[in-house]
Amino acid sequence: MSDTRAVVLKTEHLGISFGGLKAVSDFNMEIHEGELMGLIGPNGAGKTTVFNLLTGVYVPTEGAFYLNGEKLNGKKTHQVVAAGIARTFQNIRLFKAMTVLENVKIAFTKDIHYNMLDSLLRTKKYWKTEQELTERAMEYLRIVHLDGKADQLASSLPYGQQRKLEIARALATDMKLLLLDEPAAGMNPTETAELLECINTIRDTFHVAILLIEHDMSLVMRVCERIQVINFGQTIASGYPAEIASNPEVIEAYLGEEEADEDAEN
Amino acid sequence: MNTLQKTKLRGTGVNLVLIVLLFAAVLLLSQTLSDNVYRRVLVPIIWQMCIFILLGTSLNLTLGYLGQLTLGHMGFAGIGAYTAALTSLALERAGLFEASEAAPGQLILVILGCCLLGAIFAALLGLLVGIPALRLRGDYLAIVTLGFGLIVENVIANLPFAGGEGLSRGTASSSLYANGLGLSTALQAKYVWLVLLITVLCIAIMCMLINSKYGRAIKAIRDDEIAAAASGVNTTYYKILTFVVSAFFAGLAGGLYATCFSSLTTASFTFTSSSIWNSTFIVVIVVLGGMGSMTGSVLAAVAMYLLNYEIKNGGWVNALPGFIQSLFQFPMLIYALVLLVIIIFRPRGILGTYEFSLDRLLFGKDRPGRKARKGGAGK
Repeated sequence: MSDTRAVVLKTEHLGISFGGLKAVSDFNMEIHEGELMGLIGPNGAGKTTVFNLLTGVYVPTEGAFYLNGEKLNGKKTHQVVAAGIARTFQNIRLFKAMTVLENVKIAFTKDIHYNMLDSLLRTKKYWKTEQELTERAMEYLRIVHLDGKADQLASSLPYGQQRKLEIARALATDMKLLLLDEPAAGMNPTETAELLECINTIRDTFHVAILLIEHDMSLVMRVCERIQVINFGQTIASGYPAEIASNPEVIEAYLGEEEADEDAEN
Repeated sequence: MNTLQKTKLRGTGVNLVLIVLLFAAVLLLSQTLSDNVYRRVLVPIIWQMCIFILLGTSLNLTLGYLGQLTLGHMGFAGIGAYTAALTSLALERAGLFEASEAAPGQLILVILGCCLLGAIFAALLGLLVGIPALRLRGDYLAIVTLGFGLIVENVIANLPFAGGEGLSRGTASSSLYANGLGLSTALQAKYVWLVLLITVLCIAIMCMLINSKYGRAIKAIRDDEIAAAASGVNTTYYKILTFVVSAFFAGLAGGLYATCFSSLTTASFTFTSSSIWNSTFIVVIVVLGGMGSMTGSVLAAVAMYLLNYEIKNGGWVNALPGFIQSLFQFPMLIYALVLLVIIIFRPRGILGTYEFSLDRLLFGKDRPGRKARKGGAGK
């Protein structure tokens, strides 16, 4: 697998133990610019733990990870976001009592340079920044087709659109690597198709690297360039979708051993 | 000037008109009411109401907007009050007040300086307490802040120059009353406009803060702290900042408290007490008005203060049956009842997160769903 594109994310023997339990160990991965990588595995395999490691929620107990060569171990979540890793959540986490527009504008907070005096005196800088941010936020909302609902409360959106708003908010952090944690969970086929289109648009427009956790295998096989499979915190396979689909270890992890399968059939 | 600025500028103008009307109303009352009633009844009411409004709105920053339950708000007010009183006492001993007696304009400036110092000191303590305390969440933070309030009360009470032997009785308070803080009724009547102005200014500052990146970040932390961090918000920084700002305005309110009463007692700054000066009452104000609504806190502060005033002084109380009258001996029971009813029927407070805007009222709902900005005109 030789890829000439620049490496965005690199993890080296990344792992974490909770007491005696090794939740993830020896996790190695390279994602290139503009690449869409899939991370799959059975329930409880440690996929979300990997996400939590990469976003500074957990501090890795072994190994390291680098974004464009910058080591991000031990950084706090907001510092990791500032470095360029953004994520969405398995169970949607929006700012429910805030408007759709405000939800996206939150992501700009780290880049706003007006200070407290500017906001108290409502200086020119304040107005200029707020106006610019509103326009920029609207652009992101346009990408996920939510610009018509900018003034609605986030909690009033239907499920599929809440997912998209979460993606728009992640995009607005101006990230280099986007982590999507089961974006299609709980979606109907139409919504999934829309989401797929949305992910493709994002990749084509922003040339960012995307790491996707997903249970919808048809979605994963369709969109991911490469796939890494983990089970019990260990990487069991890594490669192109076609390789993964025929890998006996992967099939075993998902469906159980072949023998057991035959027993069930008999 | 961009479009965003234009739409908001009209609102500011409308609010200014509202503030002018408020001052005109007070002026009108001062002219129409008899001097005695105005000085002895209305002025202290306005003065104390302003303090409650400041306490309520500042607690709303942490309780309503940041979503952290803190139970030691009066502790900060106590620090503000005692800092202001002790500074003013020191200045008086240095002979500053005698020199400025000829010019009461300077006197009031010095007193304002004392209050500001109290606010700054409270903010510093807020920072000191906030850094470790805000690592905790929910009930745990509530317990820590409750403990903080009690510590403040007890430390002040046992400081020889501040507590029992200090400002609450003896020579200190009487000389303060004559010269420094603890303004006489005549001076209170003269400067009641200043207290109103300070209150309006403080509310305006808090509203400005809420309607900027700061407020946005704070509300995001309330809605979902993990998501806020994942969106690049430095949650620790904004939490501590809110705590400090809240403590600052509580300290200022404490300073104003010291100007209004002839003596200070630590019982006013504790968790609960037989009067309405306690942290629980401020929490009741915020919850009643609506967590996350400045308008709500202002209205609830006014309403609860007036309710308390009526229960204690209203002539209609005598007409009530005996057992209700005896119930009124314990006004906290009534407030607990009010709070219970509110929690059951309107769990998010009377106003929820709604903000009153005269601009929207006059010029129609041009932006549905958008919460309009409310400036300082709240009372």
